[in-house]
This record gives sequence, structure tokens and C-alpha cells, in this order.
Amino acid sequence: MSYQLENTQQGEKYNTIFSRTTPAKRRKRNARSRLRSRVLLGIYLLLMILPIYWLLNMSLQTNSEILGSMTMWPENLTFDNYIGIFTDSSWYMGYVNSIAYVLMNMLITICVALPAAYAFSRYSFIGDKHLFFWLLTNLMAPPAVFLLPYFQLYYSVGLFDTHIAVALAHCLFNIPLAIWILEGFMSSVPKEIDETAYIDGYSFPKFFVKIFIPMIRSGIGVTLFFLFMFSWVELLLARTLTATEAQPIGMIMTRTSTASGIDWGTLAAAGVLTILPGILVVYFVRNHIAKGFALGRT
Amino acid sequence: MNKVYNNRAWLLVLPMLILVSFSAIVPLMTVVNYSVQDVLGPNASFFTGTEWFKTMLNDPELQAAFLRQILFSFTILAIQIPLGIGIALIMPKSGWQASAVLILITLPLLIPWNVVGSIWQIFTRGDIGLMGWGLRQMGVDYNITRDGTDAWLTIILMDVWHWTPLVAMLCYSGLRSIPDAYYQAARIDRASKWAVFRYIQLPKLTNVLVIAVLLRFMHSFMIYAEPFVLTGGGPGSSTTFLSQSLTTMAVGQQDLGPSAAFSLIYFLVILLVSWVFYTTIMNMQKDKNSQGGA
Repeated sequence: MSYQLENTQQGEKYNTIFSRTTPAKRRKRNARSRLRSRVLLGIYLLLMILPIYWLLNMSLQTNSEILGSMTMWPENLTFDNYIGIFTDSSWYMGYVNSIAYVLMNMLITICVALPAAYAFSRYSFIGDKHLFFWLLTNLMAPPAVFLLPYFQLYYSVGLFDTHIAVALAHCLFNIPLAIWILEGFMSSVPKEIDETAYIDGYSFPKFFVKIFIPMIRSGIGVTLFFLFMFSWVELLLARTLTATEAQPIGMIMTRTSTASGIDWGTLAAAGVLTILPGILVVYFVRNHIAKGFALGRT
Repeated sequence: MNKVYNNRAWLLVLPMLILVSFSAIVPLMTVVNYSVQDVLGPNASFFTGTEWFKTMLNDPELQAAFLRQILFSFTILAIQIPLGIGIALIMPKSGWQASAVLILITLPLLIPWNVVGSIWQIFTRGDIGLMGWGLRQMGVDYNITRDGTDAWLTIILMDVWHWTPLVAMLCYSGLRSIPDAYYQAARIDRASKWAVFRYIQLPKLTNVLVIAVLLRFMHSFMIYAEPFVLTGGGPGSSTTFLSQSLTTMAVGQQDLGPSAAFSLIYFLVILLVSWVFYTTIMNMQKDKNSQGGA
């Protein structure tokens, strides 16, 4: 009797748990909340895209249409602004210069950051913590602080107005960042893998290149993404260290404002073209981004 | 992880050390050198001690710029962190939609900073910009070159537009690393959405959030190109932040001594804050490790 009572009570308890929301109801509620989040996300994305769309819109108009009337989309579609940029070497060399120093910086940074990050993630050595903190402080150094000394330093060693000067200057914040990210990824690789490889007779360089680097592929991809990002978007140092030969595109864009007013169409077209390399880079790393943005630490 | 004690690791660190020293220590020493001297000409300079530092700390213009900077940094942190978490929570979790949203959301991060300024300059102009024009049509007297409040709000809006994606991406990747089992357990416990967020998602996000706050604080404290292009620091000096004051002083007026002293103070402030963050991260990891071990 008591057994039965207990059973029914338990049964009732479970019943209340399941009966309050039937599966159909729950599914409906889930669907509704998913719809709501989709709508919210859609609104955010729309607002986010709007300024970029406006830039694109203006880049496809002539200056007279831009200034003449408010048009939500280009009514007289024109590619003249783009053609102007691609046929003028002083314009398109700006892109070449920017891409050149960004690529150099990525190469230099990843080459010195990989071994350093390995050292930080696997060994303890005299002053390791202080060294790591000192590195992070460089990440926090405002570029404005280093403007003048950089100019003098690179001028005195004869590197002024070269791509390599900008690439080296960007190492200031990119190397610490790369080490920080890579260290996180490397620490998530179990140490037993290193030990097994050494027992199997691998030398350190061979193990590092053949086994370890492939294991942290996505980490390296994400690191390169960040390196590209911060070197591509930085202008203050790049502008200070160059004059004519290696001028970044961001600096050339300031030429659009002349005495007769601003050449809005060309400015917008140049702006759109600076966004494209970024889209390309995101597309390549899109599958690693979700994992990698947490910098290997979650 | 137990690390092996081995001083040969210095060899692995050495190339990096040489490079970073070249671009960090040498210039920093130059700054220190200037900060204690009055440079009158190529061979005429004399030692001034801490005089420049005193002048800079008492300069009312710089104090105002500093307060503006602090206000700006904390405002954008207060907006971007919650907004970023919110966006991360509603982003699709898999499939082509997830990739598409990821690519779209990262877009503002990869635009050169001066172009970000240009985009917003165009967007907010009363005659040719969608936002400026739209607000005027609605009867709002909106003009960022004349009204300080408008300029200030626009810069906040621009920074939110520019950098919220970073917070969202960091949180998104943090959320993706939560095993499904946690959510299943929560469903069995009939946990509410809020409870799932408060007791499962938020604790798992702490680490990435620290990174997000750190990165956002640093970059907002060094902001230069975007306000420079958008408002030029004006109207008046209502949107002049520290970097811009410094550049004007160092490059525009060529005041080497004062600007060097200013640089060092500026750097030390960022250093102090980052040290606080760094020790926080370290302590949190220590706590987590000791909990895991117990």
C-alpha cells in the first residue's frame, strides 16, 4: 500500500514535470525564441552594414550625383572612380606598398614568434614571467609615444621610407600579440606529444616543423589573421616612417581633399578597395575563427 | 602544465628579444632621454630633471584630455561588452549561416582606421550622408562639426560599430567551447534561460571577457585615427583624446621635452592598468587550477 502510494506520488511528480510543457509547446516556444533572435541579429547586421553600403553607394556615383541629390542607390552607375584608381600608379602603388609591408611583417613576426611562444609554453627559465609581462607592455604602448624616436631611429639607420621599416615598426605590437595567441594554442597541446617525439628520435627542429606546427595549424591561421588585421589597419606609424616610396594607401587617400573640395567619389572607391583584402582574409580563416578568437584559452 | 626548468629556452626567445628590443627599448630610451632635457638645437641641450613632468601634470589642457579619455574608454566598455555578449548569444551556431554571419560581423575590424573615420565622415554629413541627412529630415539639429555633444555621441557610436564585433567574436568562440552535455544537464534540471546564462555561459566566458576588456581598454586608450579623420578633435577640443594631443605637441609644435615627458606618463598609465588586468588573469587561472586539482 505504502509502496503504491509512493509510486503514485513519484508518478505525479514526474507527470507535473513533463505535463507543464508538452513537447509540441516547447518546440513552438523554441521556434519563437529562435525567430526573435534571428530578427534581432538581422537588425544588428543591417545597421552594421549601412555605413559600408553608403560608402559603396557613393563609390559608384559621379561627384555631381553625390553632391546633387540624395539617392539611395546609384542611378547612373559609374565605375570611373575605380578606373581612375587602377590607371593611376600613384594610387594603386599605395595598395602595393600597404600589402608589401603587411606581408613582410607577418612573415618576420611568425618566424620569431613561433619558437618564442614554444619556449614560454613549455619551459620555465630565469626571468620568464618578467619577460612575458614586458612583452605585453609593448602591446600597450601607444604608437603616438614612439612616433618621433622611430622617425629618428629609422632615419639614422637608413631605413626611412622603405617597406621593411614599417614592417619592423609594426613588430612592436604584433610580435607580443602573436606570442600571446600562440602560447595559448601551444599550451593546449599535451606535453606527452613532445616527449614521445623525442623518444622516437626526432631532433627539436625536425619535431617542431614536422609534428608540432601542423598540430597548431588553426592557431597559426588565427594568429596570421590578427597580424594582418593590426598591421593593415595601423596608419600612424606607417605614415610617419614613409615619404614617397613606401607610402601606405591610407596616406594617399588624404590627397582626395584638394583646394576645390573633396573628391568624394574617389575617396569612397579607395575606401571600398581597402576593405576587400580583409574580406579575402576572413574568408580563408572562417572555419578557424570560431575556435581561434578565444586565443586558445577557454 | 608542469614546465621543465631549462635556461636554454632563452635561445628560442632570443631572436624575438633582439627584434622587439630594437623597436621598443631603443626608442623608449630616446623618449626618456628627451624627457629630462631641454633641447634647443642639435648640440644645445641642458638637463632639466623632472621639470617637464611637473609642467605636464599641471597642464589643464592635458588634464581635460585625460578625463575625456577615461570617460570615453569606460563608456565604450560599458556599451560594447554587454552588446558583444548579446550578439554572441544570438549568432547562429552552425551551417552556412554561421559562416556568413561571422564574415559579415568581422568586416569593421579589418577596415583601416582612417578609412573607418572616412566612412563615418561621409555617413554623418548633413548634405551627402545617410545618417546626417536622415536625422535632419526627422527634424533633429545634428551637426558634428558645430555641436560638441553630437560629435561626442557620433564617436561613441563609431567606436561601438567598429569594435563590438571583436567582443562578439571572442564571446562567440568562448560559447562554442562549452560542451553540449552542460546544456543537456540544464534542460533536465529545467533551468531557465537566465539560469543557463548565469551559471553555465557566463562563467565559461570569464576568460575571453578578460581578454576582450583588456584589448578594448588598450585600443580605446590609444585611439587616434578615427576621431582625427571624423572630427579632427573638434569642435573646439571636445573630442581631442590623449594620442592626438601628444601628436600635435610632438610633431606639430616640435616640443620634444614636454611631449616626451607626456609620452612617459601616458605609457605608465596604460602600463598600470594593464598590470592590474594581468595579475587578475594570473590569479584567476591560479584559482581555476587549484579548484581543478582539489
